Amino acid sequence: MALKDPTMQKEQPKEVSSNHERSFMASPKVNTSPLHGLWALTHRDLRKWYMNPVQLFVSLIQPVVWLGLFGKAMNFGAFVSGAGGTQTQQNAIMLSMFGTTSYFSFLACGMLAFVILFTAAFSGMSVVFDRRFGFLNKVLSTPVSRGTVVMAKVLQSVGRALIQAAIVLLIAVVLGMDTSHFTITGIFGTFSIMFLMALGLSSLYVMLALRSTDWQTQMAIINLLNLPLVFASNALFPTKLMPNWLQYIVKVNPVSYANDAARQLLLGATGLNSLAIDFGYLLAFAILLSATGIVLSWRLLSK
Amino acid sequence: MSETNTEAPIVEVTNLSKTFAKLKAVDSVSFEVKEGEIFGFLGPNGAGKSTTINMLTTLLKPSSGNAQVCGYDVHTNANEVRRNVGVVPQEYTADEDMTGHNNIILCADLYGLPRSNSEPHAEELFKLVELEDAANRKVSTYSGGMRRRLELACGLINYPKLLFLDEPTLGLDVQTRAAVWKYIRMLKEEYHMTLFLTTHYLEEADALCDRIAIIDHGHIVRIGTPDELKANIGGDIIVVGVRESAPDVSSEIAKIQLVKDVKKNNGVYRIKAERGEEATPEIMDLIRSRGLHVIKISLTKPTLDEAYLEYTGHSMREEETSRTQMFSQRVTMRKARS
Repeated sequence: MALKDPTMQKEQPKEVSSNHERSFMASPKVNTSPLHGLWALTHRDLRKWYMNPVQLFVSLIQPVVWLGLFGKAMNFGAFVSGAGGTQTQQNAIMLSMFGTTSYFSFLACGMLAFVILFTAAFSGMSVVFDRRFGFLNKVLSTPVSRGTVVMAKVLQSVGRALIQAAIVLLIAVVLGMDTSHFTITGIFGTFSIMFLMALGLSSLYVMLALRSTDWQTQMAIINLLNLPLVFASNALFPTKLMPNWLQYIVKVNPVSYANDAARQLLLGATGLNSLAIDFGYLLAFAILLSATGIVLSWRLLSK
Repeated sequence: MSETNTEAPIVEVTNLSKTFAKLKAVDSVSFEVKEGEIFGFLGPNGAGKSTTINMLTTLLKPSSGNAQVCGYDVHTNANEVRRNVGVVPQEYTADEDMTGHNNIILCADLYGLPRSNSEPHAEELFKLVELEDAANRKVSTYSGGMRRRLELACGLINYPKLLFLDEPTLGLDVQTRAAVWKYIRMLKEEYHMTLFLTTHYLEEADALCDRIAIIDHGHIVRIGTPDELKANIGGDIIVVGVRESAPDVSSEIAKIQLVKDVKKNNGVYRIKAERGEEATPEIMDLIRSRGLHVIKISLTKPTLDEAYLEYTGHSMREEETSRTQMFSQRVTMRKARS
C-alpha cells in the first residue's frame, strides 16, 4: 500500500509540463509516402559499417588473398609458356582460353563478383540479428511499410558490395591487372552490371532470412549457396574447359553473366554472350528477386 | 479516476484470439480501454499479455476477433494504428552500436517526422526521462535502467495518444522501477495520455492502474479498478480489541450497513466490512456507546494477491515457481511468434 503513496505523484518536475505540453499535443505533419524511412534504415546499416573500419578491412581480406595467392600462384600464363611456342602462339592460347592474355586480370573480374556475392550473403545475417535483438519488432511497430524494411536491407548490402568491389578493383590494378582496355563507359557498365547482380543476390539472401531466427541456419544457407555459386561459374575458370553438365549450371548462374560482362567491358575480352544478353539476364534476375522479396515481406514479416 | 468513466473507449476489443500452432495464447478476450486511463493487464508469464499487446500494436495478426485502436481497425487500417500509438516493448530494442540520440532520431524518421520537429522533440523527451547527459553515448554503455528510459523516450517520439508498455519494469531495480512509475504517472496526469501496460507485479498494477484486467491462460477472468477487485473478495478486515468481554455487541455491529460479517473471540471482534475506513468510526461509536472501552484497533485492506487467488484459483507466486513449465511455454511462443 505504501507504494500507492500519493506524494510520489507530487515529486514530478512541474516546470517540464508547461514547456512541453504544447509540443506533445500538436503533432507535426508527417511524411506518409510509402518510401519514408527507406534512407533512415539503409543509412543505419551503412553507418554501422563505415563507423567500423575493422569490419570493412576484414571483409576485403578474403578477395585480396584470393587475388594475391590464387591469382599469382595459379599462373596459367607460365603454364602455357612452359609448353613452348612463340609469344604470339602463347597469347593466342591464353586468349582462346580466358579471353585475355593475363590470368590475373581474368581472375580479378571474377573477384569483383566474388566480393559482391559474399557481401550479399551476409545481408540476410543482419536481418536475423535485427530480429533477435528486437530491433525488427520496433521497426515493424512503426508505419514504415514492410517492403521498405526489406528494400533497406537490400540497398545497404548493394551499397556495401559496390564500394567493396571498387576497392578490390583498385587493389587488383595495383597488383598488376591489365588496364589497357579500361574506359569510363567500361567501368560504368561494369558497376551497373554488378549493381544488378548485387540487387538480385541481396534480395535472395534477405528473403531466405525473413523468417529465420537463428544465425546458425543462416550460416549453413550461406555456405550451401555461396560455394556452388562461385565454383559453378566462370569466376575462377573459363566455362568452355568445364565438363558439359557443369556448363549447363554455369549458364543459369547469374554470377557467370556478371563476370562475362565485366571481362568484356574491362578487358576487352570476347564474351560467351553478347553484352545485351548479359544485361538482360541480370536485369530480369534482379527485378524478379527484388519483387519477390517485397511481396514476401508483406506475408512473412508479420504473422 | 472516476471522471474517465464517461470517456469514449480508445481501445475496443471483441473476441480477440490468437492461436500459435496448437497453443491458444489468447482466447476470445473482450475489453475496452477508456481515454486517459492507465489500463493494466495483470497475469503471470505466458498468460497472453504480450500476445495481446502485439496484436493491438499490429505486430501480430489476430487469428480471429476484432480490435479498434484509436478508432482504427487493426486488420484493415494497421498503418493508422501504428501512427497513433507508441510502443515500449518488453525487450531492449535500441541499436547498441548507435548513440541514444541516433536511436531516437531513427525512430522519428521511421514515423516520418521531419527533422526540424524531431530534433527538438527528441531533446525534450531525453530531458523528460533524464537521459540528456547520455544522449551522445553509445547505447552499449547504458545501464538497464537507462535503456528502459531510452525505450520509453523512443515510444513517445511520435506523439502517441496511447502508449503500450509491455512489462515496463521487468528486471529493474527498485529505484529505477520507481522512476519508471513516476514517468508513467506523469504521462497520464500532465500529458493526458492513455497508457496500456502489462505486468506480472501485483503491486505495480495496484499502484499505477486505474483499471486492471486479470488474464490467465489466455482468458480475461476479471476487469475492474484495483479497489473493486479487492472489494469483491469480501472487503476489509477490521480487528477491534475491547477491554470488557461482556456485553457481546456482535449482532449490533452486524447491523451496520457496511459490515458483512462479525466474529467475536475473547473480547476481540474480527469484522469484515466494505470500505473499512468508513465502517471503522461507526463501529467505534457503537462500541463506545455501549460503555465499552476499545483498547486496540486495526484495519487491513485486502491485497491484489488475494484478489488474484480468488479469481484464478491459484496465486501468482505459485505460478511463478513452476518455472520450467513457464519457460518452455515461453520458448514455444517466442518461436511461434517470430
